[in-house]
This record gives sequence, C-alpha cells and structure tokens, in this order.
Amino acid sequence: MPEAAPGLQGPPRSTFRARTGYGLSGSRTRRSVQVMVRGIRSEPGVYALAIGASAVFGAVTVGVSKAIGAVTDQVVVPAIAGDPDAQGRIWLAGLVLAAVSITLAASVAARRVWAGMGVSNLQAGHRASVTRQYLRLPVSWHRAHPTGQLLATASADVEAATGVFNPLPFALGVVVMIVVAAVMLLAIDPWIAAAALVVIPLAIAANLVFQRYMAPAATRAQQLRGSVADVAHESFEAAVLVKSLGTEAREERRFAARTDDLRRANVDVGVVRAVFDPVIELLPSLGTLLVLGVGAGRVSAGAIGTGDVVTAAYLLTVMAVPVRAFGWVLGELPRADVGYERVARVLDAEGSLRPGTGTFGDAGSRHESRRESGQSDGQPDGQPDGQGRQGRQGLAVRLDGVGVDVRAHGTDVTLLDGIDLEIPPGSVVAVVGATGAGKTTLVSLLARLGDPTRGVVRLDGVDARDLAPEAITGAVAFVSQTTFVFEDTVRGNVLLDDHDERGATDDENAARDQAAWDALAAARVDDVVRALPGGLDAPLGERGSNLSGGQRQRLAIARALVRAPRLLVLDDATSAVDPAVERDVLSGLGERTAQPPTVVMVAYRMSSVALADVVVHLEGGRVVDVGSHAELLARDAGYRDLATAYEREATRREEDA
Amino acid sequence: MVQGIWWTFVLAVVGAAGRVVVPITVQQTVDTGIMADGGPDAGRITTLVLLSAALLLVAGWCMSLVNIRLIRATEAGLADLRVRAFRHVHDLSTLTQGTERRGGLVSRVTSDVDTISLFVQRGGIILLVSTLQIVVATVLMAVYSWQLTLVVWAVFVPLFFGLRPAQKRVNLAYTAVRARTGALLGAISESVVGAETIRAYGAQARTGRRVDAAIEATRSAMVRSQKLVAIVFSSGVLVANLVVAVVVVVGTYLGVAGDITTGQLLAFLFLVQIFTGPVQQATEILNELQNAVAGWRRVIAILETPVQVVDAGDDAVPSRRGPASVRLEGVRFSYPGGPEVLHGIDLDLPARTRVAVVGRTGSGKTTIAKLVTRLMDPDDGAVRLDGVDLRDVSAAHLRERVVLVPQEGFLFDGTLRENMAYGLADHVPAEDEAELVGRAVAELGLDDWVSGLPRGLDSDVGQRGEALSAGERQLVALARAYLARADLLVLDEATSAVDPATEVRIARALDSLTAGRSTITIAHRLSTAEAADLVVVVDDGHVVEVGAHRELLGLDGVYARMHAAWLAQSR
Repeated sequence: MPEAAPGLQGPPRSTFRARTGYGLSGSRTRRSVQVMVRGIRSEPGVYALAIGASAVFGAVTVGVSKAIGAVTDQVVVPAIAGDPDAQGRIWLAGLVLAAVSITLAASVAARRVWAGMGVSNLQAGHRASVTRQYLRLPVSWHRAHPTGQLLATASADVEAATGVFNPLPFALGVVVMIVVAAVMLLAIDPWIAAAALVVIPLAIAANLVFQRYMAPAATRAQQLRGSVADVAHESFEAAVLVKSLGTEAREERRFAARTDDLRRANVDVGVVRAVFDPVIELLPSLGTLLVLGVGAGRVSAGAIGTGDVVTAAYLLTVMAVPVRAFGWVLGELPRADVGYERVARVLDAEGSLRPGTGTFGDAGSRHESRRESGQSDGQPDGQPDGQGRQGRQGLAVRLDGVGVDVRAHGTDVTLLDGIDLEIPPGSVVAVVGATGAGKTTLVSLLARLGDPTRGVVRLDGVDARDLAPEAITGAVAFVSQTTFVFEDTVRGNVLLDDHDERGATDDENAARDQAAWDALAAARVDDVVRALPGGLDAPLGERGSNLSGGQRQRLAIARALVRAPRLLVLDDATSAVDPAVERDVLSGLGERTAQPPTVVMVAYRMSSVALADVVVHLEGGRVVDVGSHAELLARDAGYRDLATAYEREATRREEDA
Repeated sequence: MVQGIWWTFVLAVVGAAGRVVVPITVQQTVDTGIMADGGPDAGRITTLVLLSAALLLVAGWCMSLVNIRLIRATEAGLADLRVRAFRHVHDLSTLTQGTERRGGLVSRVTSDVDTISLFVQRGGIILLVSTLQIVVATVLMAVYSWQLTLVVWAVFVPLFFGLRPAQKRVNLAYTAVRARTGALLGAISESVVGAETIRAYGAQARTGRRVDAAIEATRSAMVRSQKLVAIVFSSGVLVANLVVAVVVVVGTYLGVAGDITTGQLLAFLFLVQIFTGPVQQATEILNELQNAVAGWRRVIAILETPVQVVDAGDDAVPSRRGPASVRLEGVRFSYPGGPEVLHGIDLDLPARTRVAVVGRTGSGKTTIAKLVTRLMDPDDGAVRLDGVDLRDVSAAHLRERVVLVPQEGFLFDGTLRENMAYGLADHVPAEDEAELVGRAVAELGLDDWVSGLPRGLDSDVGQRGEALSAGERQLVALARAYLARADLLVLDEATSAVDPATEVRIARALDSLTAGRSTITIAHRLSTAEAADLVVVVDDGHVVEVGAHRELLGLDGVYARMHAAWLAQSR
C-alpha cells in the first residue's frame, strides 16, 4: 500500500517546523526572531541574493557621500576657481557619479525582486502546508472550526505572517550601511561619531516601545478581520434563507456591528502608528542637530574641519530613511507573530483520528498485484480501473459494544451506546429510527469518519482504526445526507480524479468515461447529464447550484457506485429522489456485479426498507430490535409506529371525511 | 466637514515643513555659526540648534494629529463601504450569487477593503506629505538657481511620464493577483466545506493538487507583479541619483560661466536630496496605491452590479395582510445559460387553500416555489399575490406575507433557540422570544425531540447546523418559518429528511395551525398530496393536472400513476 495518497507525499514547499512543532516559544523577542529565521532558512537561496543585494545597496549609499565629497574637492571647486585640468574632468566626474547611480539602482532592483520572490514563496509554502492540514484533519476537527476562520488563516493570517519579510532584507542591508558609516565617522572623529551614532540605539529603543503598544492593537485588529470574514461567509452561505425571510436588514446590522469593532481596532492601530511614526522620524533629525552642536565645539577646539561636520550631517540625512526600515520590520513583527501563531495552530493541530496502516487480507491483493505488475501509477485507491468489479466480495461489518460520546459544554452526551451488530457480506441492512436517534452517527463510523468512544468497529474482521485510510476509501463508499458538489465537470465530480492530466491514452479515457456513464446510468441520472450542454464535460456551478436536490443526490450515488465499493453506506442519501428511482437504484445494485456489495442505508421509505434483508431499529442511541421488516412489524411497537405512519394517517383522514 | 479637511491640510503643511528644517539649519549653522567671522559663534549655534529642535517637535506633533484625523475619517468611510457592499450582495438575486464563488464575494467585503485600509494606514499620509515636500523643495531650489531647478525637473519629467504606462501594467498585475487570490480562496473553501465528502472518497490528493495549482498561480502572479514594481521603483532610484550627476556637471559649467558660486552649488546639491527623497517615496507609495485601487475597484464593481430583482420600494402597490391568493400567468423561466425549465405556467391558487405541488425531480417544482417567493422574476408572464404583480409589491411587505422553507434550510452557528427566533420580526422583544419559541415547539409537537437534546433549546447547532442531522435541521427551519407567521407558507420538500411518524405529526400540526392561511407544499411524499385541498401536477415544465386528490385519482392520469407507485412503496 502506498504510505500516503499521491500529492501528499514528501514535505511541502517550506518546512517551517522546529523539532517541537510549528508553534513559537519563549519571549516575544525570541518568537519574533524565530519567525524571521525560519522564514529565511526555508528560502535560503532567494534570501542570500536579496540580502546580498541589500548589503551592496547599504555600502554604495554611504559611498555616494564619499564620491560627492571627492568630486567636489577635486573637480567642482577647482573648476569653478578656473583650473583648466579640473574643467576637463567635469564629464569624467559626471560619469563616475552616473556609474554609482546605476550600481545603486541595480542593487535596489535586485533586492526587491528577490525579496518579493521570497515573500511569495513563503506565502505559497504556508498556504500549501495549511491546506494539507485541512485535508488531513478529521471531520470532527472541521466541525469545531468556523469555515470563515479557516479561510482567514489561509489568506489574511498567512499574509500577516509573511508581511515582515518585505522590509527584512532592506533592514539587514541597512546594518551594513550603519557599519560602513560608523567606520567612516570614527575615522573623522570619535566625538562626532558618538554624536551621530547615539541616535541608533535610541531609535531601536523607541521601536521597542512602539512594538509593545502595537502588539495588542495589531492582534485585536487581525482577530476582528477574521471575525468579519466569518460573518460575511456565514451570511452569504445563508443567502437563500435571508432572502426568503427578508432579513437583509438584520444581516446588515450584524455585519455592521462587527465591522464597527474592526473600524475601532484599526483606528487604535492607526493612532499608535500616528504617535510613534513622527517620534521615530524625529530621531535622525535630532541626531543631525546634535552633530552640529558637538561638531561646532570640535571645530573651535581645532580637532576637525568644517567639511567634516557637513559630511557627518550629510551621512545622517542620507541614512534617515533607510534606518526607518528597522521601524518597518519591528512594526510588522507583532502582526507577523499573531499571523504565524494562527497558522502554526492549524499546522500543529492533532486530529483524533490516527490513520492506521493495515489492509484487508484479500482485498489488499488487488493493490499488491497492481504494484507487482508495475502498474502502480500513483492513482488514488478506490478509483475505477475497470477490473475492480470482479472478485470483490461485499465487506463483512461487525460492531462490538460500540458507544459514542461527545463533549458539549463540559458534559458528555451519549449519542450511541452498547451497539452490537453483525452484518454479513453482501447483505442489505436498513437502519430505521426517529429523527435524532443516532443513525448518522452510527453509519459514519463504518466509513471511519469518526471513531467510537467505546467498542470496536470491524471491517472484514479488522479494527477500522488499524486500517490505512486508502484501504477504507478503496472499499467503503459513503453517501451523506447533503451532497457536496465540487466546482468541476460532471466527470470530475463522479470520478474524483484528474482527468486528462496524467497523459492517459484515448483508450484509457474512453474506459474512464464508460465507467462514469455506467455509474450515472446505475444512479438513474444519465439522462439528466446527457441533457446538460457538454454531457460529462458540463461544468457544475459552486456546490452544484445548477442541479436540483434529487439530481445532486443521484450524482453522489453515481460517485459512490463508480468505485465499485465493497460496502455502500447510504445515509438517507435518497431523500430528494423519487421513490421509483430509488427502488431502481437499490435493486440494480445486485445486478451490476456477481458479488453485490454490502449495503447499509438509513431509510424512511418502507419501499426501501422492504428491499433490506435486515432492519435495525435504533432509538435514543440504542438498538431496539434487529430482524426482517415483517418480524419487526410483528413484535416492535415503536417500529410499527414509524412504518405505518402514512397508512394510519390516510386511514384517519378517510375516517374524518 | 470641509473645515475639517482644511484643518487637516494646514496641519499637514506644517508637518511637511518640518522636513526642510534640518537642511536649512545645517546650512545656516555652517555659514553663520561655525564659519562666522571671528571663529565659531557658540551662542548662535546653540540658538539655531534649539530653535530647530523646537520646530521639529511642533512639526512632529502636527504629523501625529494629521495621521489620527486621516485614519479616523478613512476607517469610518471604509466601514461604511464594507457594509454597503455586504448589503448589496444580499440584494443581488440568488442567481447573481451563483455566478461567483462565495469565497470571492467574501473577499470583496474583507481582504479587498483591508488592502485599502492598510494602504491608508501606511502609505496615504506619506503620499500627502511627500507631495507637499516636493513643492517646498522646488521653491527653495528655485531661490538658489532657477536654471538648475529646470534641469532637475527636466530629468524627472520623463520619469513621471514613463511611470504612467508602467503603473498601468503594475495595476493589471495587481488585479491579476487579487483575482487569483479570490480563485485560491474558492479552491481552499472546497477543501474546508467539502471535508466530509473528501474524506469519504479519499479525494485529498485530487483536492490538494487543485489547491496547489491555485496556490502556484497566485504565487507566480505575485512574483510577476513584484518584478514590475521593482523595475518601476529602481528606475526612480536611478533617476534620483543620476540627477545629482547631471546637477554636478551642469552646475560646474554654470559656475565656470560665472552664473553660480561654489557655495550656492553645494547648497543646491543638499536641496536636491530633499527633493528626490519624497519623489522616490512617492513612486513606491504610488505602487501600493495601485494595489489599493485594485481592491477598491473590486468592491465598487459589486456595488455597481445592478440588482435584478428590484424592490418596488415607494412605487409599491399597497396590499393588506390576510389570507393570500396566488396566480401565475403564462410564467416562463430559464436559469442563466440554461434551457427553459417552465414553459408557460398558468395557475390559480385561491386564498385559504392547502396546495400540494407534485411531479418528478427536475420537473420544475422548486422553480415554481422560488418564483412565488420572488427569489427571482419570471422571464415572461407574471406571478400575482392577491392580484398584484410581485414586482409591484414592496420587498419588506412580501417577506412579511410570504415565507419559503427551503429543502436545505441554513442554520447559523448558534443555539437552537436563536435559530428558531431568526424568523421573528425585529420588533419582537427578546423576553418574548423565548416564550414564542417555546410555544412554537410545543405547537409543532417537537417537545420530545427538543427535550432529548443535550441542552434542549440551548443546544448549539454548530457550523451550518452540522451538529444536527439533516432531518433535525429541517425541524429547526420549519419552526423558524412557522414563527414568522406568514400569510402564505411555501414548503419546498421541507420535511424530506424527517422520519415518517414525525412528518405526519408535523403535517397534522401545520394543518390545524395554518387553518385559514395558505400553504403551498412542494412534495415528494404523496401523503402530503392526499391531505391537500388542491393538487398541482407538474411535468417537464408544464402543469398537466390540477384538482383535488380524489378528482385526480379519478382521471386515471399522471397523478393516479404516481399515487399507485407511492402506495406500493410506502406500505
């Protein structure tokens, strides 16, 4: 068996993981450093180039002041004074300065291209890892997390986590600039150097205070952005309801309230920025004034010349903007921490369903033989391959003392308890019970969409928890109450593979299409598909909006049948399907194959129930009775009440009339 | 308001003026302090330094005020924009909503607006101050040498002209990034919303590959846009530095010709720095501006999408509450880009009637329900409520009178009680809500079910109601619609996932509770049709039979055959 489904193998693009997981630890500063270091480490080549270019920029920027000084002394001043040699060098001076300009511009372009690539790559890597997790974590985890929040993590949080990498290479280049400038200033005079450089620790201190105020404000704004997205997402999903009840105004108020919270949080962030930005901008200017004051003293002491004061002042002016890059980095860090933590929370999430590695003894041989004959092409298991239909016996299902509890508001609620069931291969079982009796919980265990709290679910004698996910999806097809339709063609929705993307031959494609048509015909939805423009190639809108409820359900059944499952679980999957069609589909199952699959269905219709070999009557999470329809009618009063509801109602009406 | 803007502007001018304090101080200190006749003048230097420090503090304080004022104003405006776009999405017909992924619509009221908000916070103010600084620097440069000022501008003007087409391309690139991000969100939302199906079929690899493709498309669009930005920005850097070379060459020749002194030329070089700094910053901010504009356009595009189902509003024909009659006259309908699904429906449904609409799946039953509740308008013909064309009935009034219970009722993440109370009119006080909900549950005979839930009416239903089964969700949706007390209740297979005993119980409860009101039930179980006053049989977009259950049985036509099949299956 393959270890993991194709496409999920190997580490994602960026491995941001520390030994202890993705989460950050330690003080805020330590965490911030971790975020930056992990990012740079995951894209080492790109960042080497970006930081290198930035270092060239830093050195050349300081060099510009040196070049202008040299040009002034050797060309401008003597030329204007009338020196013909100097006059002859005017163009040369211009060329030197132009060459410096080009170097500077090239280093800026290089830095930005690589820095931009770094951020894009990091975002792509985060997004890939986050979606991997979404696809890996169990259904129960998804139910516990709002869709809007999960989407925000993949978008806004990822952007927040990587925003700091935009100014980071620049800031690192500025370090080089400061070092070069410090050397130059020290060469002039230690006092001037001290006066000029005292600004830098002050600037860093101001930025630290800034960060302390900014962190909580940025956190709150980021959280509120997520919650605004939550409301918008939920509200748009509810569009039909909102329209049919005319509650647009109420939705607007709900959204406006959340938006107003976000507005206030954004203003808070803006105010912190508004107060600190001028302070941080002020520091180099005050530094220049300090240099002037100190410089004047040194000039009168005869230690340095006037030109040295001007050079030092000029250097500070040139450095004023680049030094701000530290501010940009520090300003982004709180947001980056918050965004990164939210991304890390998803990446570190542990699903309660630990995948097993086992296989079904006999059923596994299909995969083994394929592998041995060199045909393993990374095709996901359970895909139609034309030969799966033969020699696949129905699955034996056995539940021993199964119970399911869920925690709600600190108390355990029992959904299922003490379920013992034995379902022989190839049999058709109907699970019947009142709404809320635990039918869905029961049948979802068979596809291992969840695990029981107590007891064991055995498929062909193997504990479902020991089976590899591919072993289960290859043998069990689960059709849920509500059909999820992918935004894809009919073919894509039925086959759930990447058609034409793997260089299949025409014959293979034809076989694939035939399998899809067969399944659609078995689900009695082939006529509907044939009527769609494009047939199998017809695109289905978001969530299948161009199909009726019954058509969607039949499509979902076709999706299950095409896999020739050994166990077919229908969780009231035919509620919107015409009874006649439902009967055709169910009775057709046995005709399709020599060895029919085991079928477990949640059903209400007595026609469907009558097709079952065995009926399981569930009430309040417990099995009340098991037997044939006739047996239960005879001995189970609760069952009789359910089964004859329509009949008794019709009789009652006739008596009334 | 205008006064407010001018006051902000004045503060911004003072703030921008702060940027030239240092160069002027440097020049003054050197010329009149350090190089003063008779050696450095300590007193004058101290005065100059302290004076400019004070000026800097004032300018900084002004900048703070400007920032705060701008942020307050823009955030208020953006919040308003967000809410208006959100409302407009709801006002668009459900058809329009089908054309774009919901994830995309969400991004228009969230991340697109966030882009603008972040631009204002980081770049907006810098853009304003930079512009002012450019003006101030130009004036000062002209004081020293008008010829060199012309030279500086002559070097920069081509840059400005070159920037326009470049920014157009940058704009396109950013738009592409936003569009691909929208598509990416759509792809990721499938992996989240379709979690159960993906797991049940082991479709993780396939879904993963699709998301990966969307991620890569977004990444390459981002890299492309940043390359463009890098080229544009670095050409700004190039020009800003080349201008120094040009000034040195031209200035020296001017000096040789005697038009300018060495001191003036050096001072001018200092001023060029004050000029080029903000020009460079402005080019960068302009790029970010493009990004914000791309977001802005997408929000505005939503607001400019015309509403197809237009509210009659003030032109509405007044009508009174009370039992509602419905008439369909020659109604034809087709979904966008699809074939016609209703081919001229004529129907007369009198007030106080319980109507059942039956037919095979895909026959057009649900479309009729959507047209009667005006989720969309017919292509041809009219739907009339008490004789008034629905297009002439105000939306608010229509929603009071007609309520639809769809097959898959949406539940909000909250408690059972909150979801049921959602259908209550806004003016119902909160304390009455609890009582009304409780009574509705009792009247519909749902007591047993509710008391079996972990926390009764206070049980959480989870995201989209996923903590409940499909049947339970339908019970909540039914109670919610029942609480709305509409004159006409349209039930679109609203109990399809409920067990027979419960369905019969609810149907009976609804019958007595809606006595004297009108109901239209789209039914797939013919038990509903048996109990109805009037049965409408739809087949392939046509009404083929209308009449009471017994009459239709007597016709021995489509209905009689359906009913026979139903009997065979249900008993």
